[in-house]
Amino acid sequence: MLHLVLFSVFGAICVAGAVNLLVQRHPISSALSLIAVMASLAVEYLLLGAEFVAAVQVIIYAGAIMVLFVFVIMLLNAGQEEKLGGSRVAILFGIPGVLVGSGLIAWMLLEHSGTSEVTVGALPGAPNTIGWLLFHDFLLPFEVTSVLILIAIMGAVVLATREEIPAPGERGNV
Amino acid sequence: MVPLPYYLMLSGVLFACGVTGFLIKRNIITIFMSIELMLNGVNLSFVAFAAHWHALSGQVFVFFVMVVAAAEAAVGLAIIIAVYRTRETLNVDQVNLLKL
Repeated sequence: MLHLVLFSVFGAICVAGAVNLLVQRHPISSALSLIAVMASLAVEYLLLGAEFVAAVQVIIYAGAIMVLFVFVIMLLNAGQEEKLGGSRVAILFGIPGVLVGSGLIAWMLLEHSGTSEVTVGALPGAPNTIGWLLFHDFLLPFEVTSVLILIAIMGAVVLATREEIPAPGERGNV
Repeated sequence: MVPLPYYLMLSGVLFACGVTGFLIKRNIITIFMSIELMLNGVNLSFVAFAAHWHALSGQVFVFFVMVVAAAEAAVGLAIIIAVYRTRETLNVDQVNLLKL
């Protein structure tokens, strides 16, 4: 019962944050609501017994990635987003379409996946178990991701560096 | 005890919010944040299924998704900075050099 209450509370925070991300016009407000979504998702992971994933979610997602976003927003001095006209066809057909589609999906999930329940703590997602798996069964993908990260860092440095504008006297000597 | 469909529905709602933001937002940074929201929604269903099937590989996959998201954020934000430097705007409607 307590788990269901915790799930509902943090799930509601998740959805509210996601909707707030859409509604807000200033990117910094969107970024802060995304941080709220990620933090409450970490609680959902804890409820599922995934301790390592919850910790990594807070450290990497809510910590590193969102700090990167906030820095870029600050760096580029991003302002208010201008309001959209919005087409009438999208409102006429889009909203009923979304409602019908999500209702269908919810009905299918509830009807056809039986009464399977996720028990808390049934699956030990402790860091040592994940680490063992990561360095035995998934060793090759792990190394490949390290190469991927290296390439991404180099790409980011290349893309974000300002091109050197040669001084007037040096033009032509290069 | 929480039924699995509840987790899947929460994950679906988060993903749908991400898709909606991707489509309706005009600020390139907010569009990028919507992509992160979609990744988070998928991660939740990964963890829920991992718990349901008692397979820890789902949680390892979430780890890989996070690594890819971090790489994507680094490169994407660098691209945003480069776009801002050349076009002086963050509005995707004004980045239209490829438009016919």
